[in-house]
Amino acid sequence: MDTNTLNKSKSNPRYLFGTAMTALAGLFVVITLLPLFTVLFYVISQGFGRLNLDLFTKLPPAPGLTGGGIANAIQGTIITVGIGAAIAIPFGVMVAIYISEFSDGNKLGQSVRFASDVLSGVPSIIAGIFAYGILVATTGTFSAIAGGVALSVLMLPTIVRTTLEALKIVPQDVRWASVGIGASNYQTVLKVVVPAALPAILTGVTLAVARASGETAPLIFTALNSPFWFTGVWEPTPTLSVLVYNFALVPFIPLKELAWAGALILVLMVLTTNILARLATRQKVY
Amino acid sequence: MVLDIQEQNNVILPSRSDFERIFDKVFRWMTLALSVGLILVLGSIALTVGFRAIPALQASGLGFLFGSGWNPVNDTYGVFPMIYGTMVSSLIALLIAVPLGVGTAIFLSEDFLPLAVRTPITFLVELIAAIPSVVYGLWGIFVIIPITNQLGGFLHRNFGWFPLFSTPPSGPSMLPAGIVLSIMILPIITAVARDSFASLPADLRQASLGLGATRWETIFRVLLPAAFSGVVGGIMLGMGRAMGETMAATMIIGNANRLNISLLAPANTIASLLANQFAEASGLQVAALMYAGFALFVLTLIVNVIAEMIVSRVGAKYR
Repeated sequence: MDTNTLNKSKSNPRYLFGTAMTALAGLFVVITLLPLFTVLFYVISQGFGRLNLDLFTKLPPAPGLTGGGIANAIQGTIITVGIGAAIAIPFGVMVAIYISEFSDGNKLGQSVRFASDVLSGVPSIIAGIFAYGILVATTGTFSAIAGGVALSVLMLPTIVRTTLEALKIVPQDVRWASVGIGASNYQTVLKVVVPAALPAILTGVTLAVARASGETAPLIFTALNSPFWFTGVWEPTPTLSVLVYNFALVPFIPLKELAWAGALILVLMVLTTNILARLATRQKVY
Repeated sequence: MVLDIQEQNNVILPSRSDFERIFDKVFRWMTLALSVGLILVLGSIALTVGFRAIPALQASGLGFLFGSGWNPVNDTYGVFPMIYGTMVSSLIALLIAVPLGVGTAIFLSEDFLPLAVRTPITFLVELIAAIPSVVYGLWGIFVIIPITNQLGGFLHRNFGWFPLFSTPPSGPSMLPAGIVLSIMILPIITAVARDSFASLPADLRQASLGLGATRWETIFRVLLPAAFSGVVGGIMLGMGRAMGETMAATMIIGNANRLNISLLAPANTIASLLANQFAEASGLQVAALMYAGFALFVLTLIVNVIAEMIVSRVGAKYR
């Protein structure tokens, strides 16, 4: 037998094929990441010029005028996202507690988990028409509440999933120890398990809230928009993301610049929360 | 020392108070009720949207799904061009995103790079999903559309006889929308495919390499077939996302309610139709939009349920 066949030959077609495929896969990784970097580059280079105090303190200018800011949209985003978070966080955490602590892997627990996963695939615009159907159509007005409800539907599955993952990290021994010294269900869950999982839960919740702050589709026809300051939760409310959408398509340069500045704020927010969350989850409690 | 009866009683733990017992029950029941509530949320989305769609269902029945005129002025509604646009834009997105996503997943799961390099790259791929879709829309208008105008001009001049390139590029159109959608669904395809490769047992790789296969022969003949269902699940999740993605499509696709076979002409998707018309709609138009939304909901629900069923089974085979 020719022992030479056991040697690696660089002109061997099998070797060449492997090298070519490795290069191709590497190229795919580069192409995949290219849009991310160009998006960041464009948003920073176009939006940075308008990043001044006026941006955070003034109302948008009328079409044709210059100056102004997007303070009302920032305020409105905080309010609508706050309403959404106030609904979705307790809801989602309680659901996760049921699945992880009380369901014992029964049919209902599995179904809830599955429903949550399916809900996370529901298009955000459908959450918008849902909120329109139950709130805008019945109250007859676009409102921050309707926007908040739409956002809560989107936050819910993310909060359930991340809380579940956080609760899974807590070792079973901790639960047994708690029950063993006579703690009841709620004491075990609320005073032992949840506090132990709290850092991971907070991280997940923060990411869900940050993600929701950038959502536009569910807000266009629930919170709508307004060129003025916030006047009440039952009134149309401006948000950053809807402002970016509206101003991106108008023919006035100052408004376009504000759209880029708004996009920059949104991107900086999701970037910092994602990076901080990544750093925070590095240190595990157990 | 001997304790007297009184002191012994003090040592024994008091039994739970009525309040504690009730609170414990209430807490358990609340978590159960909210869990049922989550299923109800999913159901009530279908019910609310379906209920509001009834007037349009009565007015145009199933013909709505195959009609091609959308005219709020004389209240005739047909959603076929948007269903077509939803499907074609998702298909373009998949054609681009599947090879890129699966290739990236292989590169990130098969030990080509040291872990210290792989971890940040994986994180960057996840970050693609974190950028708000309205930002992709804005970026697409200023970056992708000029590029596809150039590319489309070339394609139209040289391959104009081909129906897909039969119109001169119009700026906002199907092609740039599909490209931007592909970027947005890359992270989910990559993440699910990477997980399914990572869940394959090391024995498979060792056995294949031990038999003399090269690394890429192992990937193509052993790992890819073994991880196939997971990869398909990820692709379907990506398809569901592409079909429902709203803002990027709305800002880039051109929102033309007429069917045009050319990829260089403006088109529309169900999601962008909703985004464009809902805020100003009234009367039968609202019902027609709800009907369109219901169709989109059912489509994405089918895709997602199948995908979730596939993905949840991934790895179980080798566990």
